[in-house]
Formats: sequence, C-alpha cells, structure tokens
Amino acid sequence: MVDSLQTARQIAESVPDPELPFLTVQDLGILRDVKVECGMIVALVAPTYSGCPAVSVIEQAVQQALMDAGFEARVERVLTPPWSTEWITPVGRQKLLDNGIAPPQSGSNDDNAFFAVREVQCPFCSSIKTEKISEFGSTPCKAQYRCNGCREPFDHFKCH
Amino acid sequence: MAESQQHLQAAVLQIADDHLILGHRLSEWCGHAPMLEEDLSMPNMALDLIGQARHLYAYAAVLEGKGRSEDDLAYLRTDREYTNCLMVERGNTDFAHTMLKQLYFAAFMKPFWSFVENSSDSTLSSIAGKAVKEISYHIRHCGEWVIRLGDGTDESAQRMQQAVDALHPYTEELFWCDDHRQACIDDGVLPAEHVVRPQWQTTINAVFDQARLSTPEVTFPLLGGREGKHTEEFGFLLAELQYMQRAYPGAQW
Repeated sequence: MVDSLQTARQIAESVPDPELPFLTVQDLGILRDVKVECGMIVALVAPTYSGCPAVSVIEQAVQQALMDAGFEARVERVLTPPWSTEWITPVGRQKLLDNGIAPPQSGSNDDNAFFAVREVQCPFCSSIKTEKISEFGSTPCKAQYRCNGCREPFDHFKCH
Repeated sequence: MAESQQHLQAAVLQIADDHLILGHRLSEWCGHAPMLEEDLSMPNMALDLIGQARHLYAYAAVLEGKGRSEDDLAYLRTDREYTNCLMVERGNTDFAHTMLKQLYFAAFMKPFWSFVENSSDSTLSSIAGKAVKEISYHIRHCGEWVIRLGDGTDESAQRMQQAVDALHPYTEELFWCDDHRQACIDDGVLPAEHVVRPQWQTTINAVFDQARLSTPEVTFPLLGGREGKHTEEFGFLLAELQYMQRAYPGAQW
C-alpha cells in the first residue's frame, strides 16, 4: 500500500489547473495531502478563490485521474488552513513567469502587499515601468497590466 | 440541535443571504457595463460574493443537520424565509447606486471578516481568511469609483449624491443584532457592533471626503429584511434566481 500511495500521490500532484494548464495542483499548493482511508485513496484539496469556478473542475479532475489509474478514490475539500498565494511554490512562480504572467508578490498575507503601491515586473522584458489597466481580469485571480517598456499587455496573478 | 448551534445557523444564514442576493444583483450587470474593464470587474466581484455565499450555505446546512444542501438553502426557500438586509436586494438603478451599495457592504464586511478570521469557529475563520482578502479588492475598486464620480462632473456628482441619499438609510440594518446574532457575539464567534462600526465609518468618511459627498441625517432607518420583510423588488429577483429549480426540480449541471 505504501508503494501505491506513492503512485497515487504522484498522479494527484501532476493534475493540471484547467485555466492555467502549465501549473499543476502541486505548483499551486492546493493539494494538501493524499492518504489511504479504508482502502480508498483520499486527496485533500484546498479551494483557491471563494468564487473560482475552477475549484470543482480541479476536484473532479483529481478524482478522475486517480480513478483512471485504477484507484478507488475520492476528493475532500479542506478549508483550513485557508489557501493564499503564499502556497504557490517557487517552481509554480517560475512557470507563471515563463508563461507571461507576473507572479504574485510574496508576503501576500500582509495588508500592505495588497494596497501599498508595489512594482509589478513585466514578465517579458523585466521592466518595472508597468501600469495597471484593470483590477480584474479574465479569471478571478488575475489583474491586467501593461508594460511601458516593451508595450506588451500582460496578466498579473493577484495576491490572495 | 443545541441552542447555541441554532443561533449560529440562523446568523450564518443571514450573512449567506446577504452575499447571495448582493452577488446576484451585481451579476445583472454582466454584459451591460459602461466599459469593458467594468464588464470584467462586476461579474468577478459577483463571483466572489456568490462563492462566499456557497461556503456559508454549506456550513449553515451542516449546522442545521436536516439533510438540506447549500442549493436547497439558496434556491428552495420562500421570500419570507430569506433574512438578508434590505440594502442588498435594492435594484441596481444606475452605476452610482451599484458602486455605492458595494462599497457600503464591503466596508462593513472587511472589519467583520477580520474579526471572524481570529474567532473560535474554525470553519467560519477559514471562510473569513479568504473573504477578507477578496472584499479588500472590492473596497478599493468601488471606493475609487465613488470618488471619481462624486468628485467628477456636475452630472456624476449629482447622481452619486442621489445614490447616497437613497441608500444611506439602509446601512443601519448592516448592524442589526437579534437574539441569534447576540448569542454568537457572546460566544466570541461574530463581532459586536462597536468592533465593526468605527472601521466602517472610517472607510466611508475617507471615501466621502475625497468624493465631496455629504452623509444625510437618517431619522428613519429602513429595516425589515432580517425579519423576512422584503421590498417589492425582491420577489422579482427571487423569481429569476429560483426559476430553474422551480421549473425543473432537482435539475443539476
């Protein structure tokens, strides 16, 4: 069972986010644990934004991936401790950057990280001469920015 | 159900109703906003509120312990059973009314959730931990609009002030405290009025000063929603909100 738990964990970890498919649930820091309960694999997944429609899609995808691999599995939603963008791993942050999305600043549990005017670095040319176009973007987790250096518009993954 | 649990369930349901109804109202703007950025921001904020409502309804359903689901609570109650405050059900009217309504509510929820985040109820504190961040964006976004419109053209200033005059009498109900709420305050789960009101007032004053808006004297606060007495508009809202479940009972995505 230890071996199969290891396999189950690897399968669950590699499930991609439906809206940011280059990120896995592991990168996002929302897979809290994978354990065995009465012969069944239980994956504990933390929701991201309260209103994010991807939350239930992710839960279904994790369960499906485990079942496809032959496991009897269920997914449990865990609220505590609440997810924040601090849970995104360094690998996840790098992947965001590589895909043209400015990652959230760290220290996002601090009110200042939200409302102090912070520099958002352009993911394309690394210029810090950027400006916010819209507080809200294509998904609940993103704001829209524009770079005044290379003139490219880009998404910024907001602090949460 | 123990008495304290009964009080908590009723109090959680009040907050859940506030969020669902305000979120639903805001979602009516989808596709009708004055500019593209707003067409993104309003549904995004509505999504936050409805997401928070879902967590709250799910918890209320667990506390109730009668086998009802979050959907049952959201879609299958009659108007008299909803206990949201009246402000959240008022029609959108114009963009000034909408932004102000969101600001009044967000400015209240920020100190509310900040308290609950550190309260003794672990489920509520987890919901609060996320909601407090989401609502902070709402304060900033709506506050900026209230300032821009209030301190804008003659027309926008006039309409913003009309919105204040119309909605301010409803704000008193945010601080409504009945036996259920009081029991939760006594248990340290929800904040007392004296914890929330000063911060709410500070936020509103800061925005209104910059927006050059004046607060009307409220001689007759408009109350009733917490006791299930709603405005005429509420029936129309519920008819749309509940249509699918009433026409096709048990329908699922």
